Amino acid sequence: MKLLRQQIEAKTGAGSATLLPEEPEDMWHAYNLIQTTDQIRAKAIRRISKDMGAGAVTSQRIALDLTIAVTSTDFDLASNELHVAGRVVSENEHVKLGSHHTLDLELNRKFTLEKVDGWDSVAVGMLSEACNTSSRAEMWAVVMGEGMANICLITEHQTILRNRVEVAVPRKGKGHMEQHNKGLEKFHSTLLGTLQRDMEGAKRDAQTEKTVPLLLASAGFYAQAFLQFVKEHAVRSGNKFLQALVPSIVVAHSAGEHVHNLAEVLASPACTAKLSDAKFTRETALMDTFMKHMRLEDGRAAYGPREVERAVESGAVGRGGGVLLISNTLFRSHNLAERKRWVALVDRVKDVEGGEVRVLSSLHESGKRLEALGSVAAILTYPLEEMDEEEEDVANGVHANDEEMII
Amino acid sequence: MPPKAGFSRAKNVGYDDDDMYDDYSEEEYVGDGEGEGMSEEDKEQMVAGMVKVREALGSEYNKVKEVDIQDALWNYYYDVGKSVTFLKNKYAPKAPAPVKPKEVSRFDQAAGAADAKAPTSTGKHMLSCGTESRARTVSNLAMSGDGESIASLCEALRDELGAMSRKSPFTERTTRSQAPSCASDYTSARTKDFFWDVPWGNVPCSRLATITAQPAPYKGGLLGGSSKLAALAARRKQKQQEETAAKADVTTNGLTADKAVALLDRLHIRENPASAPIRDDTKPRYPKKRSDTPPPPEPATVDDEPIPEPQGIRIEFPNLRAKQPSMFGAILCGSPEEPRNPHIESALSNFPLPYANAKTFTDADPFSKPSPDDLVRQAQARSAGTTKAKTKTRGGTDGEKLAESVEKLVVETKVRSKNLNVVDEYRKCGLKRVANFVVIGHVDHGKSTLMGRLLYDLKVVDERSVDKLRQEAETIGKSSFALAWLMDQTPEERGRGVTVDIATVPFETEQTSFTILDAPGHRDFIPNMIAGVSQADFAVLVVDAQENSFQSGLKGQTKEHALIVRSMGIQRLIVAVNKMDTVSWSKERFDKARQATTAFFETASFSLKNITFIPCAGLSGDNVTKLVTDENAEWYSGPTFLEALEASEPKPRALERPLRLTINDVFRGSGQNPLSISGQIEAGTLQIGDVVLTLPSRETATVKAIELPDGSPADWAVAGQIPTLHLVDIDAVHLRLGDLLCAPTDPVRLVKSFTCKMLAFEHVMPQFVDVFRGKQQATGLITALASILNKNTGEVTRRKPRIVRPGEVARVRIELEGSAGLPLEVGGRIVLRDGGRTVGAGLLESYT
Repeated sequence: MKLLRQQIEAKTGAGSATLLPEEPEDMWHAYNLIQTTDQIRAKAIRRISKDMGAGAVTSQRIALDLTIAVTSTDFDLASNELHVAGRVVSENEHVKLGSHHTLDLELNRKFTLEKVDGWDSVAVGMLSEACNTSSRAEMWAVVMGEGMANICLITEHQTILRNRVEVAVPRKGKGHMEQHNKGLEKFHSTLLGTLQRDMEGAKRDAQTEKTVPLLLASAGFYAQAFLQFVKEHAVRSGNKFLQALVPSIVVAHSAGEHVHNLAEVLASPACTAKLSDAKFTRETALMDTFMKHMRLEDGRAAYGPREVERAVESGAVGRGGGVLLISNTLFRSHNLAERKRWVALVDRVKDVEGGEVRVLSSLHESGKRLEALGSVAAILTYPLEEMDEEEEDVANGVHANDEEMII
Repeated sequence: MPPKAGFSRAKNVGYDDDDMYDDYSEEEYVGDGEGEGMSEEDKEQMVAGMVKVREALGSEYNKVKEVDIQDALWNYYYDVGKSVTFLKNKYAPKAPAPVKPKEVSRFDQAAGAADAKAPTSTGKHMLSCGTESRARTVSNLAMSGDGESIASLCEALRDELGAMSRKSPFTERTTRSQAPSCASDYTSARTKDFFWDVPWGNVPCSRLATITAQPAPYKGGLLGGSSKLAALAARRKQKQQEETAAKADVTTNGLTADKAVALLDRLHIRENPASAPIRDDTKPRYPKKRSDTPPPPEPATVDDEPIPEPQGIRIEFPNLRAKQPSMFGAILCGSPEEPRNPHIESALSNFPLPYANAKTFTDADPFSKPSPDDLVRQAQARSAGTTKAKTKTRGGTDGEKLAESVEKLVVETKVRSKNLNVVDEYRKCGLKRVANFVVIGHVDHGKSTLMGRLLYDLKVVDERSVDKLRQEAETIGKSSFALAWLMDQTPEERGRGVTVDIATVPFETEQTSFTILDAPGHRDFIPNMIAGVSQADFAVLVVDAQENSFQSGLKGQTKEHALIVRSMGIQRLIVAVNKMDTVSWSKERFDKARQATTAFFETASFSLKNITFIPCAGLSGDNVTKLVTDENAEWYSGPTFLEALEASEPKPRALERPLRLTINDVFRGSGQNPLSISGQIEAGTLQIGDVVLTLPSRETATVKAIELPDGSPADWAVAGQIPTLHLVDIDAVHLRLGDLLCAPTDPVRLVKSFTCKMLAFEHVMPQFVDVFRGKQQATGLITALASILNKNTGEVTRRKPRIVRPGEVARVRIELEGSAGLPLEVGGRIVLRDGGRTVGAGLLESYT
């Protein structure tokens, strides 16, 4: 995203920013930036109906600049389209004040965003992050099993499931070996075909010559077998694209063939070595640290809104390792009070306590894991006791062997 | 009015080197009209030529007509020599022109008569050869009734036809052969009075022309039928008739007649003056029409020589004399007193067909009978022996019949249920006990080898195949893997020496038919292992007797597998302490392993009375099926591994409950059974013809055949068995591994969110998990930890815990992602996994 013009008063946060989205991912940033009650000005095409009298109506499509106060936003993940609905706040000769309009924000078309309540710290942070084009880590990942694979594109802020390949592979058994091998062959070629289409398509869209690295992850040696197939195919077919791709393929271990198995993959040494500076690997590592504390039950992990707020109040999320993990879904909340509550929490951790704040993308695995925990979690600097509400530890399994277990 | 000489000559110039003219019947050539179109020069030449020819012929040929000589000269371009030869040939052999003894077909006669009496018919047929313009002239002539000029024109047309026919060897041959017979037939007295009432009848012999039709390729005629096919059909039909009717004179062949009529009818147009002006409007249609409609079967042709068609079928035609004049004849001769049908006339006012007035035509219903094509198809089907092919008839009247026949066909393919009471059948037949057991344990503890040994010793596999495997294994330096390869069949499994997927192998003892479910030990393939456990009655836990290996197993999959088996509801467990030969049957090792394992089982709440420990050695086969021979093993007096298996009771079968079957494999059974599945019947019964519902695709399928694990066909199968089902009426895309087959009357609900009691193996907090139901799998989110429960009483000990510790039982709420959901029932067991670790096992309590 390109920041064309910025008029944000540092003190009050009042002002506007003119932005030019350039990449598909910028739409995601815009989606996170645009809040209800914000005012957004962009070029729009609107059909204007004119009453010519005597019941005759003519209508024509007119391109005009419209300013609307946002009432809702709709983001289509698959196509990276953002639709912003709202009411017109600046009158012009064609459109009445207060009439509804839905702006379709498009790539390479600028828009101006003005926040009525001013830009808060999180918004400003998001804006600067969105406009930081220097770090653009990107990676294709295939999480696969036997007969099933998910093709994902991992970018700085998103994990997008691009395709799912499912081919029935008959299992081993009496006289079915042929079928099994045939099925496997078909699965591999289908997967490779789909993957190639996806990658080449994305490359065309991005108009870069850079080869995006590919990660193959699976349980067992399915990924290894597929890599072998890719190599053989690249040699046999003489496909330039594949031949360029083969050296950049990384094979990693994942527990399964599902997208959420990527979490494990992204934390693996094979990946961190390649993508250590990428935002998502750092976030994944932080989530793992949090989980570790949870498992150890050392009291240095808190999750859920209430618990985390309590921890922040007690000053446990401060200098020296305190990390607040918060999902950006909370900032997309349509409830302004809710948003303010979280912005205040973030500000407090950052400015007062001196802890680290991580806004996790809900489109990444780490963000999803965080969402399961209530969208907010914290790694504490010192253990907080008595976090369970009803801690009444009844002796568990005292007469274990006498009775049948209930499960 | 008559053609210009130049016109006619120009055509003949290119024709002078013809070799076929000798064969060609020349006698119908009419010389009369010739003079009219001749130039002075021609006439001179003709006179000179005449003299020369007469001389050359000599006295014995003085019978030769002047006309013929002129004709010959004309055609040979005044070449005296050729003309003489021709004339000699012509007159010498067949001066008395014997009447052919062979029966003349009806068409033959019709055509012959038409030819004799109406030269237009010649024109008609020639038109089919493309000399359209001239033919039109002929037809015009026909109307004006100028017989002579017609004749001359016909001659010209004939030449042209000859030229054309030369292009095609086929036509040439037929023409050649036909000529003599025509020549004799046409003049025969019998034909003379056949159409006695034809107005222009009694045309002198000299004016007769031959109909030479070029069989046009079938292009889907207006009235259907190609000549060849029609002829074939006609022939077949006639044969039939000949068989039935004892008469020497075969009764009419209606079809042939109709066919001929249909095609020749159009000739009538030329005699109907009323239609003439309108015909001019429709002129451009004629060539098309003609090419559309193939000429009638050429009877004269086939009389002498069969039509060279692939089947080499000879076509015979009945004696048409035996019947009334054909419709063709009637039309051709068009009785003037025939009352006109005003209705038809008005209906066809825009597009009058000349023969539409004929009564025979108006009465005829061409679609009442099967079309020639249908006849042919029928005949072909009959000859091919396919009796099933139903005659497809045209017209609405037969529609119902058709539908009926189709329905019948469907009924035939449908699988018929025997409506057995399967439960009764099962009790009556006294089937052997059915028991499935899953073999679990840490990787490389020898599960597959132990099972391979079992099969080998029980002679389920023959020595040869084991020897072969042994050889193969030795070549890659892994001779100890030979027995395991009986289970591990994929190249990957063999190459890496690791079981990947469940191997399902049946074997039988005297009392029980067992099915081995050999599970993979590697942690990555636990999903496959879960699929195996879901089908098992009891489990065989294989542990390595060696200290290091045993310990790593206890930390690894020995523990995890045992927990999964336990939480999937399996109580009975045989612990095979394997590789006893490597520790030289040390009792101490065995006891150590036993103690350590027992301690773990206690914490995992197994009831110890259901657990048997067996020392054995899979590689050597000691204490597997036969007692151990090693002298170090004297301390052991317990049962062999096989005896322990036989002592294990299978789970009680829920025969009376509705059908539940988890698909474990989808494959192509054989050519007749393109879609087969296999899997264990968890509950209920199944028989051939049953309709089953697949979940989650919600499609129905019919069971076409059932195969038991040993490959024998069966009429029914009951819970506990792992049959192969051959399915019909369903597409393979609706069947995936892990899908559930159930009775359509009592289907399982696809559940998207549910509450379950969960035994935690790892720390559990609100998180994403993989939910396994046998082979089936879905991603779920633990949305809430409701409470921690007392393990034994089920009382709530703590509400809303932050985290569930390993070993605790909690009530959790799980929501499944995706649209489908899992087919789950209350009391169903699930396994929860995350990141390659089994985090817990659940028992479904309620769902929404």
